[in-house]
Amino acid sequence: MATVDKIVAQMPKSLSKIEFSYCPGCHHGIVHRLIAEVIDELGIAGRTLMVAPVGCSVFAYNFFDLDGTVAAHGRAPAVATGMKRALPDRIVFTYQGDGDLASIGTAEIVHAANRGENITTIFINNAVYGMTGGQMAPTTLLGQKTTTSPYGREPKANGYPIRMSEMLSTLDGAAYIERTMVTTPQNVIKTKAAIKKAFQAQIKGLGFSMVEVLSTCPTNWGMTPIEAMKWLEENMTKTFPLGVFVDRTKGMI
Amino acid sequence: MIKSIIIAGFGGQGVMLMGKIIAESAMLDGLNVTWLPSYGPEMRGGTANCTVIVGDEPIGSPVVDVPDVVIAMNIPSMIKFEEMIKKDGIMILNSSVIDREPSRKDIKVYKIDANKIADTIGNPRVLNMVTLGAFAKVTGLVKLEMIGKALEETFAGKNKKLIDLNLEAVRHGMNSVS
Amino acid sequence: MKMLMKGTEAIAEAAIRAGCRLYFGYPITPQSELTEYMAKRMPEVNGVFLQSESEVATVNMLYGAACTGKRVMTSTSSPGFSLMQEGISYMAGAELPAVFINVMRGGPGLGDIQPSQSDYFQATKGGGHGDYRMIVLAPHTLQEAANIMGEAFDLAFKYRMLVTILVDGMIGQMMEPVELPEWKNIEEFKEPDWALTGAKDRKPRKVTSFDLDPYELEKMNLRYQATYKKVTENEVRYEEFKIADADIIVVAYGTMARIVKTVVDSARKEGIKVGLFRPITLWPFPYERLSEIAGNVKHILTVEMSYGQMLEDVKLGVNGKTDVEFYGRSAGVVPTPMEVLEAIKKIAR
Repeated sequence: MATVDKIVAQMPKSLSKIEFSYCPGCHHGIVHRLIAEVIDELGIAGRTLMVAPVGCSVFAYNFFDLDGTVAAHGRAPAVATGMKRALPDRIVFTYQGDGDLASIGTAEIVHAANRGENITTIFINNAVYGMTGGQMAPTTLLGQKTTTSPYGREPKANGYPIRMSEMLSTLDGAAYIERTMVTTPQNVIKTKAAIKKAFQAQIKGLGFSMVEVLSTCPTNWGMTPIEAMKWLEENMTKTFPLGVFVDRTKGMI
Repeated sequence: MIKSIIIAGFGGQGVMLMGKIIAESAMLDGLNVTWLPSYGPEMRGGTANCTVIVGDEPIGSPVVDVPDVVIAMNIPSMIKFEEMIKKDGIMILNSSVIDREPSRKDIKVYKIDANKIADTIGNPRVLNMVTLGAFAKVTGLVKLEMIGKALEETFAGKNKKLIDLNLEAVRHGMNSVS
Repeated sequence: MKMLMKGTEAIAEAAIRAGCRLYFGYPITPQSELTEYMAKRMPEVNGVFLQSESEVATVNMLYGAACTGKRVMTSTSSPGFSLMQEGISYMAGAELPAVFINVMRGGPGLGDIQPSQSDYFQATKGGGHGDYRMIVLAPHTLQEAANIMGEAFDLAFKYRMLVTILVDGMIGQMMEPVELPEWKNIEEFKEPDWALTGAKDRKPRKVTSFDLDPYELEKMNLRYQATYKKVTENEVRYEEFKIADADIIVVAYGTMARIVKTVVDSARKEGIKVGLFRPITLWPFPYERLSEIAGNVKHILTVEMSYGQMLEDVKLGVNGKTDVEFYGRSAGVVPTPMEVLEAIKKIAR
């Protein structure tokens, strides 16, 4: 029987044993793992509450070994607000997609951020509605074809891709907002660091924190996972540049 | 015994407060009371009114269509409520503002020069308390002692001068009717 | 000691005494005084007051706070209650306890801000999607409203259900002497075994209204239905006023029932034997008792500040045993005692 000298990688404790239901090449799984690793490293699993959204990640509440619930579509920041106000010493985070956060739930996210609600939001932006079958999202790129923009998104009819991180960073209540992606090992490491910082901001009580992760949806984009990663890097980052948009954590964490 | 009173006037004449003091005084005297305001935009400048019911038995409806007493602080209020008053009921008019005669002959009418009396006391804003004093005197429904207590409750935390001023206005009102 | 209080304030203070320390709300006439009272009072009792960005957010904040197993509430008026229906459905599915106050005003749409009872269907039949119910209580005096707050929270937690206190703008705005209920000691409340508080030293808990497997969702639904059955068996409340010798029974709730009490007395002075049957729980509705008494009277008259919503439940209860008449005004117009008396006289003839 082989002996183990040193564990170099293992499943994070904060993930449950339930198998992910995501499509091959989807980035939800990577981001789930990063969140779980951060929660493990910060030692906060026993006092963390999660709010899952409506969308592909509706099952996220089951994929984490944490107390959790599912909010109505778009309302996760309000649900998280209720939890945090009731239990201010707990860590509360929402996990939301682009339809959830940037379309139906814009009021809730804007006001949670504006109140400086001391919660963390992980925002998965893959420019499309996944669960309902590839419809146009508020973050769909100009010219991008979806099932409800079959001729490509046209600004006169559908407006422009909305940049939530930039928008929310104008609010005084926002403590930390960064946009990342997980297409390469370096980017994965950067994303994990961003998620950690966002949770640390909450632990320190600094206010609203959000990490927007640009993600792929090979199924609804009609691409292979590798094509999708390339498309993301070449197209999405032009409309949604990576970077830190607000950081009031300096010297605090 | 259940008696109903409608108090009506311009916003700013203190009709809501007058009603509240009547209700509170009666409550302190051990009676059942309800106070129901008209509410909404009319509170801001238009004609406001409230209905006060006092009684020694449980009060059902807080709404009345035949009041025993109407206190009208302006002409629109007199016009609106005069017709409703119970036969042999009472109407108290602020004659400083209302310069015309009521048409009903089957009710008792008391005219109070409320603004003028308030001016002589030195504060035009207490015209509502002057009128309240007249109401207390002619109906006997609330006692001066209880009005004093109700004023203390209402102006709790404010300075005593304000309470004294209001109470003085009530006394003047009482003395203005016979 | 009795205090002269406004309805909104009496309800708010009674809720705090019943152990509510979490209030979320959005201003809307004619109940904004309740929100204002909570804004002032909650900090004094180490509670939470939060003015949300909308009623949609309010109900979801309530959802989140209720997940933690604490006593939470909101108050609103008709258009706001409509906006909350989505969250109410989710909370019902997640079996979360919470108390809603709906101070009804005239509708539909923007309507007006005067008293009304036209949200009866919405509250008792379910304004949101799915097979759910909420307990609906309809006090008719400020004292009863204050007393019922503690019961509302107790029922919510006993059954893991939502409770709505359905009152009209009159109860919200009027003043009456109120003896406030005793303080409950919040330290004595037990943390429910489903509350989300962080999974320290225990298995994680999940609270949702969700299962994509229809057979699993059916199980959840059957559990809700079993709860609703228990509530209908055990929690029906009503008041009977002078019905023993009555030929005509008026069915009315809330402020309308108060008005009818006055009318009952004036009708009796004119020799018409009238009584009042007043449902206190609008859901569960007192069908059985109404059915019993319907057999002994000549007429039933339903009086509402709507165009006949509770009327449908009255008809279900009476079930053809006698004729059911209706008188109602809505849109913020309150039927006066004389109008109701006329309606009774018309039937008595």
